Amino acid sequence: MANEAAIINAVARTSLWLQPHRIVLILIALGLVLSAAFFMRWDWLPQYYEMGLIGIWRSLWILAVTCVLGFLLAVPLGLAQATGSFWFAAPAKVFCTVIRGTPLLIQLWLLYYGLGSLFPQYPWIRESWMWPYLRQAWPYGVLALTLSFAGYEGEVMRGAFAGVPKGQLEAARAFGMSRWKTFRRIWLPQAIYRALPTLTGETVLQLKSTPLVATISVIDIFAVSSKVRQDTYLTYEPLLLLALIYMTITGILVLALGRIEARIPNKIG
Amino acid sequence: MPLLPDLSQACLPPTQPSAVRASNPGATLIDALLSASAAGIIELLSPNPPGWGGTLMVGLLHSIEIALGATCLGLLIGTGGAYGKLYGGPVVRDLLAVYTTIVRAVPELVLILLLYYAGTDLINQALTAMGYQRVDISGLAAGIAVLGFVQGAYSTEVIRGAILAIPQGQIEAARAYGMSPGLLLRRITLPAMLPFAIPGLANLWLIATKDTALLAVVGFYELALATRQAAGVTKAYFTFFFAAGVLYLLLSLFSNLIIGRVEAWSRRGMPSLKDAR
Repeated sequence: MANEAAIINAVARTSLWLQPHRIVLILIALGLVLSAAFFMRWDWLPQYYEMGLIGIWRSLWILAVTCVLGFLLAVPLGLAQATGSFWFAAPAKVFCTVIRGTPLLIQLWLLYYGLGSLFPQYPWIRESWMWPYLRQAWPYGVLALTLSFAGYEGEVMRGAFAGVPKGQLEAARAFGMSRWKTFRRIWLPQAIYRALPTLTGETVLQLKSTPLVATISVIDIFAVSSKVRQDTYLTYEPLLLLALIYMTITGILVLALGRIEARIPNKIG
Repeated sequence: MPLLPDLSQACLPPTQPSAVRASNPGATLIDALLSASAAGIIELLSPNPPGWGGTLMVGLLHSIEIALGATCLGLLIGTGGAYGKLYGGPVVRDLLAVYTTIVRAVPELVLILLLYYAGTDLINQALTAMGYQRVDISGLAAGIAVLGFVQGAYSTEVIRGAILAIPQGQIEAARAYGMSPGLLLRRITLPAMLPFAIPGLANLWLIATKDTALLAVVGFYELALATRQAAGVTKAYFTFFFAAGVLYLLLSLFSNLIIGRVEAWSRRGMPSLKDAR
């Protein structure tokens, strides 16, 4: 019975959504997509197919690594600002302000071209084990994107840490938990719960920042599309496909992270 | 189109002097100290022609011009879009939903490239179809149009939320007084939504100032490209990108100062935020 009701409900909702004007709009959109598929040039696709897949993989990999590292860095940044003494809070605040107040492109170029041009002057850096990595572009890209994510998320974590009710922490202390245990069992989990709703938005913003690494010669999907444009002299086809790829990734991210968010109890505090 | 001049060689060690330096470690240190010495940096950043400070300032002015223009255009689109989303017919609403969703799901860099080429192409095709000469679209106008289009999607959402936050009775009262829609917008809706919209719009302004840097990729002359040019010529990459960062940061901090005042002004007569907490 309940099942039938659910099905009827779903059908009703679908028919509510699928009003006549929407059908017309969908048909127009389909027509646009089909005409783009038939009347534009896509013969370059087989040649660049593999390169594109590698590019997508690299973009996603950069996104995942920088988000995870950035979040790990954001926790101490937020904690320092929420409770730390002046000597901890002030540097964290300055870091967040600087990261949020300057364009990511400038941070990226400062690290890659700026630091990259300073390093070779020091022989001990050139002789160290890090040098093979420091000569490549991707560590600078990952570093810049990580710092950027940490700067924005650190501000969110500050609010999240500050938002956990004092009584919870006092209760934990009253139970005889040590400071570290209180932090690990009570404060951090609740702060993360509070910060999670912003995580989808921040991750999508981070995805939209990843193409900037193409400007320092990391071959991500954006760089692949630029290469196609250079090789084939086509302007629109690679860019349109690129936009479609990013929209698809965004859609998948929003759906996946939305599921994770839905699993976490949001009635807290 | 080459994306940007390839500067990836910049982080490779200089080949010729390093042989000399290897035999004399002290020279390396002196070189490093000299290149970073205060006198050298001041000379590089001085506003007069041997220095590049003037170039950076011109770039900064261009960046501010674009950011101002784009924010104004974005506000216009946003107000129209918010009205369309709230009061428009079903078709208008769906089209606006598609607009805001697509713009917010695609990286700004891709949108800028796409709109820049598509926009200039469309205008030129329209001109040739009407029998005029092709024109070079000025970078300023193209930059403002492209960033404004992107900003419009975000401000649509901000303004829509702000209009929804106005107590409904105020708008009903205005209608009951017989105000025309234009008068209602000017006298009631816009001033009443301002305190709710300003935090979001201020955020958008800060995003706009930072997004102007992306226009460097399509070759528009603003602070990021000016810095890149100065750094490329003098090879003082760190100094110049650092200086550009400081300029952007000062712009952000100064904006925050102004925004605080504007917010206080827009909230006049309302309970202060501190008391509410």
